[in-house]
Amino acid sequence: MIKVRERDEYTFGESAYVPEILKGLGVTLKHLSINLLKPRRDRLTATIRYPEEKREYPQRFRGRHRLTRRSDGSPKCVACCMCATACPAKCIRIAAEEHEDRTIEKRPSSFQIDLFRCIYCGLCVDACPEDAIRMDTGAHPVPMYEREQGVWKMQELLSLEGREQMTE
Amino acid sequence: MDLFNLIAVLVKLAVMFGIALGLAALLTWFERKQSAVIQDRVGPNRANLGRFTFKGLLHIVADTVKLFIKEDFIPRDADRFLHTLAPMFALFAVVSTLAVIPFVSPVAILGREVSGVIAEVNLGILVVFALSSIGIYGAIIGGWASNNKYSLLGGMRAAAQMISYEVTMGAAVIGLIMVYGTLRLDQMAAAQGDIMWGFLPKWGIVTQPLAFVLFFTAAIAESKRTPFDLPEGESEIIGYFVEYSGMKFGMFYLGEFIAIVITSALVTSLFLGGYHIPYLMDDGFRFPLGVDILVHPWAVAALRFASFLGKLVFMCLLQLQLRWTLPRMRYDQVMRLGWKVLLPLSLANIFITGLWLGIK
Repeated sequence: MIKVRERDEYTFGESAYVPEILKGLGVTLKHLSINLLKPRRDRLTATIRYPEEKREYPQRFRGRHRLTRRSDGSPKCVACCMCATACPAKCIRIAAEEHEDRTIEKRPSSFQIDLFRCIYCGLCVDACPEDAIRMDTGAHPVPMYEREQGVWKMQELLSLEGREQMTE
Repeated sequence: MDLFNLIAVLVKLAVMFGIALGLAALLTWFERKQSAVIQDRVGPNRANLGRFTFKGLLHIVADTVKLFIKEDFIPRDADRFLHTLAPMFALFAVVSTLAVIPFVSPVAILGREVSGVIAEVNLGILVVFALSSIGIYGAIIGGWASNNKYSLLGGMRAAAQMISYEVTMGAAVIGLIMVYGTLRLDQMAAAQGDIMWGFLPKWGIVTQPLAFVLFFTAAIAESKRTPFDLPEGESEIIGYFVEYSGMKFGMFYLGEFIAIVITSALVTSLFLGGYHIPYLMDDGFRFPLGVDILVHPWAVAALRFASFLGKLVFMCLLQLQLRWTLPRMRYDQVMRLGWKVLLPLSLANIFITGLWLGIK
């Protein structure tokens, strides 16, 4: 069933323009005065002035990846390439080399994550058997001027710190 | 013309140009900031001198520099001569209107009386209409010479709209001419200092309230601003200056903002008592209940100049506020409003004014 709603006719006051214009001026003046005169927290402006102000990320935001270290500071990674295999975006590149310690066997000579390809799914973290890669920095990828800067090298990944552990 | 008059005219020119150009430049910033605040945004705040942004005021400087150093582009098939001529027309027409607007009452300097208007033209208000008709050429030539269908469309709309609203504007002013019995704007402004029935200032808005609404509406339409910004129609056809860049565009833009100032100045001197403050006569305040406060003639002149400036700024701000309040009208609505509503009303206003004057 189709319900047809007849258009309302304009009343004389509405078609006389001037009263309605004054009403409209009242609305804009209200916004103007609230945003000009009230203290900042009471204003209607929702803008976050980005470089100076940043939005608070939620507690459970994981952020960018980092590589964890052993107690001597060397990477925990054993270059097994399980993260690279699990990665649906194929953004992880690992080159392996022999480790002096025979019980560890391998270590990465280079470990790169291409941030332009990464989809931040976290599957690499799930796949890692050594807890060597984590996404717990809470850091947002920073803007960059060169494309090469978008590929994160091992040193940079190792240098990041994890955010404080959330209480379970 | 002797030296004294020459200097007086030059000083008056400097004052008027300073007001118009300074206010127009400020308005470009104010419009952006005001629209932002009305729409719950922040507005321009990035241009800076080191750590100081002055609430975005420096964007005026940044914009001007940008307009001057931008490439001056002329389309291949455009008429180069007319394309260059059009913005000059647009700017010339609005700026020269300043000559007939009174900004202060006559002042005695060195024993000679100096009027508060640049050119004492007997035709006064007619000069305003003649010049604003020339302003139409700026829009239509610019639209035509660009060889672009959108700019041509904008130019045609501008021409049609400005011609139709100029009729109303003229008809609305006739009521005032009848009441004050003069065409000269300075005499009209002077006559508004009188007091009617012992207490009411004889301002144009009091004697001709309907004409005020009609004139103000038509004047906004003349300056091609929202709700009558069809020649521009920024979301559809961009308008007669699509093909303009750099300072040529800047001249159209500046012309538009000076037109706001001119409109405000005209409304002020025709309807809001010009430079007058209620009950302030040439020698001081004379309140209706017999209380008199005498003021030095120089102080009177200063007060009157300040009151003119205040009214001018108020009308400018009102126009900006209206622009951010009202949506654009459709083309046929604009024409219907102009020819079927405003024009008959203005003719009726002339008729009623005539009756009233006849009975008196």
